[in-house]
Amino acid sequence: MNHCSVRNVCVNAGKKVILDNVSVTISPGEWVSIVGPNGAGKSTLLSVMAGLRSSSGSVHLGDTDLADMTPRERAHHLAYLPQHPELPPDMSVSGYVLIGRNPHIPLLGSEGQRDIEILNQVLEQLSLEDFQNRTLDSLSGGELQRCHLARILAQDTPMILLDEPTTALDLGHQQQTLDLICRIRSQRELTVVMTMHDLSLAGQYSDRIILLSQGEVASEGTPKDVLNPDRLSALYGARIQVMEVDSDIVVIPTRSREF
Amino acid sequence: MSKAGPSSASPLAGRLQVSAVLIGGFACILAMGTSLAIGPASIDKTAVFKELIDRLPFIAIDSGLSPIHKSVIWEVRFPRVLLGALVGSTLAVSGASYQAVFRNPLADPYLLGAAAGAGLGATVAIVTGSGDGIGAFDMVPVLAFLGAMSAVVMTYLLGYSSGARRSPSALLLAGVAVAAFLTAIQTFIQQQNVDSIRQVYSWILGRLNTASWTEVQLLAPYALIATLVMFLSRRTLDVMRLGDTEASSVGLRPQVVRFLVIAAASLGTAASVSVSGLIAFVGIIVPHAVRLLAGTSNRIVLPLSVLYGAAFLAFVDLLGRSLVSPAEIPIGVITAFCGAPFFVVVLRTSRKALA
Repeated sequence: MNHCSVRNVCVNAGKKVILDNVSVTISPGEWVSIVGPNGAGKSTLLSVMAGLRSSSGSVHLGDTDLADMTPRERAHHLAYLPQHPELPPDMSVSGYVLIGRNPHIPLLGSEGQRDIEILNQVLEQLSLEDFQNRTLDSLSGGELQRCHLARILAQDTPMILLDEPTTALDLGHQQQTLDLICRIRSQRELTVVMTMHDLSLAGQYSDRIILLSQGEVASEGTPKDVLNPDRLSALYGARIQVMEVDSDIVVIPTRSREF
Repeated sequence: MSKAGPSSASPLAGRLQVSAVLIGGFACILAMGTSLAIGPASIDKTAVFKELIDRLPFIAIDSGLSPIHKSVIWEVRFPRVLLGALVGSTLAVSGASYQAVFRNPLADPYLLGAAAGAGLGATVAIVTGSGDGIGAFDMVPVLAFLGAMSAVVMTYLLGYSSGARRSPSALLLAGVAVAAFLTAIQTFIQQQNVDSIRQVYSWILGRLNTASWTEVQLLAPYALIATLVMFLSRRTLDVMRLGDTEASSVGLRPQVVRFLVIAAASLGTAASVSVSGLIAFVGIIVPHAVRLLAGTSNRIVLPLSVLYGAAFLAFVDLLGRSLVSPAEIPIGVITAFCGAPFFVVVLRTSRKALA
């Protein structure tokens, strides 16, 4: 995959500035987390990178402007998982995962043998073989998250964009989901860009962190560089300690002693 | 938890269930066969069966029917049954397609003004005397078809100038406006020409009693093309269930899919109403019945709607011409009569079907 560069992106909603002249570059094979307080523009930046939201500025994949690509061409390069994916309740797991094959199938065509092979590979990779005939509304939160990832992986792109993939999961499932992404990333040499609220997990899993605040890049670099307690305290308006446990970064909010 | 949907029997989600296809096929053969065998002219049913077998390739059986009875079967009953099946299947699959693209279970084939446009066209043909309802040069189907297609095009233009690109609901509202406007004109023309009001009503309530091979030939090419496009779109319509943003993220252009499917469904609907008048509820009853029976994937609903729509309308037409024989009950009255209680049943038994 070629690098992805976001250049001078601005997004407004009415008079409100959501992204203000944001420029970032993602290198092939990187795991980059976009973090920041609520309303910082994390999800907007990810949807701009996915080509799903118009903006001023540009997003390039290698030398090609994303705006010059058709949705099908785009979907060959990057797969996007929104924060709250639409879930047709009675759709089966295999049917849902097969939707990821859409870019590889003609508009009025049907899935071929290759698509079914990839479906089976992905289901096996995510241990979903026994779930393939279950309907989506019968799955737990953790199982659903694996289904979403399976759909993204079935798309077979070199880059995946995940909007808060661990939201609404308990601690165990958060770790399992990120471990899974980590394992698949190394198997497939994927580039991963995700938005995260949990700074500890972002720090532990990412190669690089982009910290957004009020639509601007407040800081960018390795987790150790970016997750600075003073900076985080100022941006989040919170009391925060940053510790290192077994060479993993842990960001801890601490309570006020005034009350 | 081990809850599984209706499609759980298949390794590929939404693949057609053999049992549902067999039931639909059997219902189709039963309804069409019975319709061929029953009618005001008293013809021996075994002889009708033999006559049908006789027409199969490489088989020759003497049915013993007189030339008049043969003519009744091949020139009166057969085109009527075939037309009913074609109209039923086209309206049903069009309804299912509209429901899929608008993600609205109450969408029907007349949603974008096709019925009102066709009604206006047919009314104009009738009151000007250019349509007598019979024969190859009858202008009723021609003007009804043009009226239906014009109404859909007007709805599209109005909807897209009002933001339908961003939200399909603008298209629905445009359909309501266009339908109301055209219905007002149609009603005005109708009131100014009370001498032809009976003919207009007869058309509006739906009719297959004027069916001939001409109507079948008029409808068949449009119905086949429209149905083929909708059938081939069934996988894409399942992708559209994720909403425009996610569908776009997996490489679809939602507006293109919507345009393609709406164009096909509108073409099929316009062609159907032009030869059969306004037959209500088929586009809602049949797809919902299929969903309750076999699941909600469009891979299932669209093909089965073709089969069950044909069986349904063939059966309803049989009822319409048998219940008060030799008089007939307009077919649209019976579909509406079935449709209203069907909605109550659907509402009470399955909220999921409307979700």
